[in-house]
Amino acid sequence: MNAEVLFGLAGAVLAGLGLYGLVADPAPLRKLLAFNLLGGGVFLVFGVVARRGAAAGLGGDPVPQALVITGLVVAFAATALAVALLRLLFERTGQTLLDTAAQERTSPDQADG
Amino acid sequence: MMAPALPDMPTAGGFLLVLAIMLPIAGVLLQFMLGGRQAERIALLVMPAGLAVAVAVTAALMLSGRPLVYHLGNLAPPLGLALRADGFSALMLMTTALIVSAIGLFARADFATPTGTVEARAPFVFWTLLLALWGALAVVFLGQDLFTLYVGLELLTFGAVPLVSLDGRAETLTAALRYLLFALFGSALFLAGTVLFYGEYGTLDIALLATRTHPDTTSAIAVAMMTAGLLAKTALFPFHLWLPPAHAGAPAPASALLSSLVVKGPFFLVVRLWFGAMPGLTDLPAAQLLGALGAGAVLFGSVLALCQPRLKPLIAYSTVAQLGYLFLMFPLAGGVGLPASVRMAVWTGGAVQAVSHAFAKAAMFAGAGLIGQALGHDRISGLRGVGRALPVTTFAVAFAGLSLMGLPPSGGFMAKWLLVRASIATAQWWWAALVFAGGLLAGGYIFRIIAPALSAPEKPLPAIRTPARRREVVVLALALISVLLGVVPFGLTTLLAVGNPTIAHIVPR
Repeated sequence: MNAEVLFGLAGAVLAGLGLYGLVADPAPLRKLLAFNLLGGGVFLVFGVVARRGAAAGLGGDPVPQALVITGLVVAFAATALAVALLRLLFERTGQTLLDTAAQERTSPDQADG
Repeated sequence: MMAPALPDMPTAGGFLLVLAIMLPIAGVLLQFMLGGRQAERIALLVMPAGLAVAVAVTAALMLSGRPLVYHLGNLAPPLGLALRADGFSALMLMTTALIVSAIGLFARADFATPTGTVEARAPFVFWTLLLALWGALAVVFLGQDLFTLYVGLELLTFGAVPLVSLDGRAETLTAALRYLLFALFGSALFLAGTVLFYGEYGTLDIALLATRTHPDTTSAIAVAMMTAGLLAKTALFPFHLWLPPAHAGAPAPASALLSSLVVKGPFFLVVRLWFGAMPGLTDLPAAQLLGALGAGAVLFGSVLALCQPRLKPLIAYSTVAQLGYLFLMFPLAGGVGLPASVRMAVWTGGAVQAVSHAFAKAAMFAGAGLIGQALGHDRISGLRGVGRALPVTTFAVAFAGLSLMGLPPSGGFMAKWLLVRASIATAQWWWAALVFAGGLLAGGYIFRIIAPALSAPEKPLPAIRTPARRREVVVLALALISVLLGVVPFGLTTLLAVGNPTIAHIVPR
């Protein structure tokens, strides 16, 4: 087993764990962490793709590396937005669960406009 | 069959595509620099300019009959990035420009910065995100590189999520958070598919992929992941759970944007992926699966819309249902040896459904906003007499409903007629049956709004805050466009044939 296969498998495992957490875990904060795990796995696979595409004396194909940097920025921004929403939700309700049934019972019928 | 065409060369009007993306984004940057009450003014200034660019792009396509192409930095793919507008892109650009402008005019009353304050949070956020969404949609409609499209998709999400929770109530925050988590699920899967494509074919340019892709396991996994991710973002059944609370809870102008335009972005990318990057996918049984999910959306969304006690959730569930029709494009356009006329009819049907639903839904949400403000609530049981108090708005909502039901002569009718004809031409009668059933169910939920609105009130309505005539006219204009799309063809077929991937190998350009 060479390094690329090992890293590729590790990336796949990370992505799989993250995907499972994102779908199965009920708590939003843990879902968010799972999303980051999933992202980490995908970025690792990006690295493997870059390594496999190595040519012309370079250690790796630079294009996937450039894409990973952009991907990291996007994932960071997404995480920041989600954390901001979670904090605001905690300030308003004192909890961070997505149980709408409980919230609909507490909030009266009102018009939105 | 012809050999695959070479990727397009840059065309003279290509700079228009850069303008279409840069104008709204430059507007957002200016808004952040100048801040405060300038945000609204800048948004209102960008609107006519953006509209003019969209018209120019459409006109260029109609006149030359060829797609517009621009290579960033004058580098051709696979080294550089391409922007490309085919007929569908131009149509969606026009739709976006018109609806953003209309909703901008409509929203002035809701999101005016109060006199005496330098900057108010909700108005500033609304006006910046309005332009941000516009720019993001332009990237999605024009991008020709899967990673560019990923970035556009993310910009779209980041613009849309805060619009849901503009009022900061706990339930809208929950709705926004759930939307964001679904969207992140979608973006991670889209990105994972992108990596696999790059690893397999060494390019992310859609035109190059179209010539290189072949159906193997890696491509199948990549397409499956990207499609699942996009479906989560476009809220196709069974990924629709986030949509109703998010779209029903947002302020009316925001709901109108989210329901009419934002969900069309990921759908557009599914079309790009299935018809553009991987031609031939629609011949596979997977296309039937997409159609089946669409059918689930039509039935499930319509039945739930029939059960809603309030107006805005009803309209939101109607969005879930109407999105389902779009996915009938995939099973209907498939089939080896399908005549070009049928492919074109399916393509036009899908595009007209996307556009007429966009106008109808913008009108309905904006109209529901006016009704909610006038009555102080949006319970359907309390709508009696609204038809007399707000005749123009009620008329507009009814007109938009006509298009959603698919009654002639509306745009919705034309779309569904084309889809039904294609399902008969391809001997897939079950899709025709679905379109009829969906039309009946839509008739049911529209009737639930219109019947009480037009009946006489049991007791005189309490004092009603009459909305400004200007706002009612905007709603009416949106509804009229969605109906007129069926009457005046606007050269739609000609436009949609430009650079169309489904007929590209039949009509060489």
